[in-house]
Amino acid sequence: MRNFLIKRLLLSILIFFFVVFIIYLLMRCMPMSYVETMAQQLSQAPGSKPYEEWLLQLNAQYGLDKGIIPGFFDQLKNLLTGNFGDSWKFTVPVVQKFNEVIWVSFTMGGIAFILELLIAIPLGVIAATKQYSRTDYAVTVFALAGISLPTFFFATLLKLVFSVQLGWFDLVGLIGRDYNHLDAWGQFLDKAHHLVLPIVTLVVISVGSLMRYTRTNMLEVLNSDYIRTARAKGLSEKRVIYHHAFRNTLIPLVTIVGGSLPGLFAGALITETLYAIPGIGWTSYQAMTAGDIPFSMFYLSFLAILTLAGNLLADILYAVVDPRVRIA
Amino acid sequence: MAKKNEGYLSAKESRRISRENRRITNAYEKQRKRKNVPESEYLTEMRDPNNAVEFDNLHTYFFTDAGTVKAVDGVSFDVPTGKTVGVVGESGCGKSVTSLSLMQLLQRPQGQIVEGEIRLNMGEKAYNVVKVPNEQMQNLRGNFISMIFQEPMTSLNPVFRIGDQVDEVIALHDREGLSKEAVRQRTIQLLEMVGIANSQGVARMFPHELSGGMRQRVMIAMALACSPRIIIADEPTTALDVTIQAQILDLLRNLKDKINSSIMLITHDLGVIAEMADYVVVMYAGRVVEKGTAQEIFANPCHPYTIGLMASKPVVGKKVDKLYSIPGKVPNPINMPNYCYFKDRCEMCVAGCEGEYPCEISLSPTHKVSCYRYYDKTDKGGDR
Repeated sequence: MRNFLIKRLLLSILIFFFVVFIIYLLMRCMPMSYVETMAQQLSQAPGSKPYEEWLLQLNAQYGLDKGIIPGFFDQLKNLLTGNFGDSWKFTVPVVQKFNEVIWVSFTMGGIAFILELLIAIPLGVIAATKQYSRTDYAVTVFALAGISLPTFFFATLLKLVFSVQLGWFDLVGLIGRDYNHLDAWGQFLDKAHHLVLPIVTLVVISVGSLMRYTRTNMLEVLNSDYIRTARAKGLSEKRVIYHHAFRNTLIPLVTIVGGSLPGLFAGALITETLYAIPGIGWTSYQAMTAGDIPFSMFYLSFLAILTLAGNLLADILYAVVDPRVRIA
Repeated sequence: MAKKNEGYLSAKESRRISRENRRITNAYEKQRKRKNVPESEYLTEMRDPNNAVEFDNLHTYFFTDAGTVKAVDGVSFDVPTGKTVGVVGESGCGKSVTSLSLMQLLQRPQGQIVEGEIRLNMGEKAYNVVKVPNEQMQNLRGNFISMIFQEPMTSLNPVFRIGDQVDEVIALHDREGLSKEAVRQRTIQLLEMVGIANSQGVARMFPHELSGGMRQRVMIAMALACSPRIIIADEPTTALDVTIQAQILDLLRNLKDKINSSIMLITHDLGVIAEMADYVVVMYAGRVVEKGTAQEIFANPCHPYTIGLMASKPVVGKKVDKLYSIPGKVPNPINMPNYCYFKDRCEMCVAGCEGEYPCEISLSPTHKVSCYRYYDKTDKGGDR
């Protein structure tokens, strides 16, 4: 197991190196860089230097005068020494900005993810055990509706019903207008209240695919020979499904769960934008369109690390649920 | 019916069939799912108390979207206590479905027993397995009837240890309230009984750590755990290599005598039948075409299909260019002909073969055959 872990870690480092390189390459190749936009703005001010001079000066200032390869190694060195620099767009240290926005997204994503698991797995199992029954069709229709609804449409629909017509929730935002007058507990409740609709949106949109996946897996397992053996032993249907079949269904699900670890931190770009929630999805989108290399680099390499860690975690969890892949 | 273009169904036709099927299967399922069914409903009398199981005119149909498949269509035979009955026939002739009907493990809801009785001798009483509700059936499975499957490689749950899987069946049907240690003790005993040397170690292993032969031994241990009255062995040696086959068959035979149960041995290997079986049932297209003692069937095969089967097995010391094979193919199970099912492939047809499906002719008290060729050889010919 230790050798396996060391091998995987070394491999992950190699992959990480190339991922960071690709991110930097892409950021440098963006058609409208942050510096160009700045230079254009500055040169338009009355009595200012011409655009080309500004460009030269700013390029040197932001370290963009070097080629892509040396520039990349500079960036890499900064990343590795923990010197993440300041965000160009937000003009604060990258880590500070990141810290400000990540927790909203994480809370939202985490709650949505747990709800998703709690809803999707039992529903998938039920749909599979009662294949082609009314329950199965109802669950399938619900899942497919969730999969097919575009986020923006569903979010708008929710807002129309629950915010505009019923008036239960605010239309947008993370905090209410009297947030500052509330005590700590009140502030917490206020935020929670504002997160209800976004979380519902996230859950409904993503629950379908996981449910379908569970159902397919469960069906496959239920048709296998060892389930027939379990039935031939005289076990009750309940024990067959929840003891013998469920453990086997978990194996492929673990991959999904491990793979969604970065998703918790990635934020939900569309949902956050629609509900005007200042989370990481929305912030990173702004940073990227502005060509903010330090922030984007930090955010994307962070995600890369999480993805690699998630895969490693999935592999380890695999060994937990499936004895066949246990490594001596 | 869409007889003109066989094999093709219009969407309308298909919908009508599946609606019809659902109506029929729902009725059967409802019947089966009832709770607290009085025992009197499925109590029955054995025709002969020396039989462990009697199949009587069993009809098992599959209601598929393409039509009703009569997988087992009027099968009757007995499994005497302490004897081995071999069931032979080609793939798809209904051997496995017959055994799964006894286990009530048919693919539900499509597969249903629509007619007939399966009488299971339980000692002082007898049950009609066809009518036994789900709840009670779980008591019978593994306890009175157990099954060894064809595929040892996939028949054990890959995520549980061997010991736990054997423990489970012992604990489930345990009537003495054994402690956990006692159950494990019994598991170890069973594993030793089926010839696993390192039984302590194997009990802690996972299925993937064992070879096919070892896994089949574990399956046998599981099947024997509660000393069942009948063991169904569904092609137990098909997936194993020849040296292991002989060992497994020996093992089965010895263990059967030890716990005095019967074996229903399903196979298409006549060699295995010759070695193991006391009685032989030959099935073709969902029906029994010939049955008798092993002696009778091998010395004097009567049905043209049995004769063809015998001819198509290689014989030591006899040189042939090409092994014999029965010409033609099995009729479509959805539209079975109304004459003898084997007529189209038969090389020994007689004038009577044009008529309806032949009834059973007794050639001796135990030897029965369904063929027109024997109608004039007994006085019973052509009654029924």
